Amino acid sequence: MAADDHHPHDHDHGSELSEMQLRVRALETILTEKGYVDPAALDQIVENVETRIGPHIGARIVARAWVDPEFKRRLLEDATEAANTMAGFDPVAAHLIAVENTPQTHHLVVCTLCSCYPSSVLGLPPVWYKSAPYRSRAVIDPKGVLAEFGVKLPPEAEIRVWDSTAETRFLVVPMRPAGTEGWSEEQLAALVTRDSMIGTGPAKSPEEVKR
Amino acid sequence: MTNSVHDMGGMHGFGPVEPEPNEPVFHERWEARVRAMQRGLGATGLWTLDGFRAAQEDLPALTYLASSYYERWFRALERQAVKHGLVGDDEIAAGRSLRPGIRLNRKLTLEDAKANRSGRYDRPARAPARFKEGERVRTRNLNPETHTRLPRYARDKAGIIEAIRGVHVFPDSSAIGAGDNPQWLYTVVFSARELWGEEADPTVSVSIEAFEPYLAPG
Repeated sequence: MAADDHHPHDHDHGSELSEMQLRVRALETILTEKGYVDPAALDQIVENVETRIGPHIGARIVARAWVDPEFKRRLLEDATEAANTMAGFDPVAAHLIAVENTPQTHHLVVCTLCSCYPSSVLGLPPVWYKSAPYRSRAVIDPKGVLAEFGVKLPPEAEIRVWDSTAETRFLVVPMRPAGTEGWSEEQLAALVTRDSMIGTGPAKSPEEVKR
Repeated sequence: MTNSVHDMGGMHGFGPVEPEPNEPVFHERWEARVRAMQRGLGATGLWTLDGFRAAQEDLPALTYLASSYYERWFRALERQAVKHGLVGDDEIAAGRSLRPGIRLNRKLTLEDAKANRSGRYDRPARAPARFKEGERVRTRNLNPETHTRLPRYARDKAGIIEAIRGVHVFPDSSAIGAGDNPQWLYTVVFSARELWGEEADPTVSVSIEAFEPYLAPG
C-alpha cells in the first residue's frame, strides 16, 4: 500500500475513492494486458448483476407461492427446483432453501462470517447486510435489529435466525398481506420487498402501493 | 485465519444497522470492476471461493475493519493474484504489465458470463451421513489457524440436527488448496439460551449450516 503512505493527511472520502479508482483500473489493465481477463466478459458480469438479477425475481417466486399452494409446497421442499420451473429469469443457484414466515415464527437471514446471500433471487446484498452492525447483532439481538427496521412481532412469536455459513442460501417467504384476496400474481409481486425476503420487514400492505 | 475479526456473530460495539434508501447496486464504478475481476480470476481455478474468503480474513484486522466491502475484495484479489504468480508486486507498483502472463488452463469467456450460471458445491456421497434428523449434537471446540465456517459463537454448543443438506465441498479444505474433501452438511439449530446464556430471549433460536467434522454426538 505504498500509495497510501504518500498522503497520510489527505484521507477525506473523495481522495480515498479516487485512489481506489486508480488502483482498480491499474489492476484491470495488468490483468487484461497479460491476457487473464476479457474486458467484455467483465462488462457482462457487471451487466448481469445490475440488470439480470434482483429482488424482482424473488418477488415473483413469493407471489406464485401465495397464490399456488402446490407451488408453495414444492418451493418449501426444494426451492431451487421449484424456482427453476418458472420462466423469465436465469437458473437460480443450487441449494436455495425457502422458509415461510407465519404468525408463530419469524425467520431472519444473516451471514455472520462474510456476505452470503441468495443473490440469484434477490440480487447483490445491500451494504447494511454486509456490515459489521448487522452481522454481529442479528444472532445475539435479532429483536433489537428488527426493531431498528420497524418490525415489531407479537411477544409470543418465535424468531428463527439462519446464519448462512455454507453454500446453502435462504429465501424468506413473508406472510401474504391482508386485503389482497383475488389479486393477481403480478399485483402481489409488487408487495414483496427485498427486506421482506431477508426477514427484516413485512410485505407491503395494499394501502402502501396505492399511495 | 479462523479467529479473526470477520467472525462477528455476537460482538457488541458496531452500532446500529443503517439501511440506505434506494441503494444502488454499486456506489462507485470501481466496485463493479472489482466484483467482475474476482469472477474473472476465480474462473481460472487457481483458487476457490473459500480461498478468496480466506484471503479477506487474512487481511490485517485493522485493515479489515477500516475497509469497505469492495476495498476488502480488492485487497484480497491483489494478494491472491500475486500469491498465485499471476502478477508481480513490481507490476502492481508500476500499474502496468512488465512481462507476459503465465499460461492458464481456464478463463472466463464472454459466453460463460452470458450464461450467468452459479457454481455447484454439492458432491456425491461416499459414506452415509453420521447424524440423523432430530438428533442431539454438540459442536466441537475447533480453533484452526486456517479457514473454517464454524463461527466462534457456535463452538462447543448443544444443538439439534434439523435437516440434512447433502454432501458439499468442505470449505476448511477447499480454502487451503486441499481439494473438495466433501462432507455431509447439516442445519443445526441452537436455542439462544444455549448460545448466549440464561438471560437470553427464550423465543429466539439460531441455526448454522454445519459440516460433519464440526459435530460430535450430543
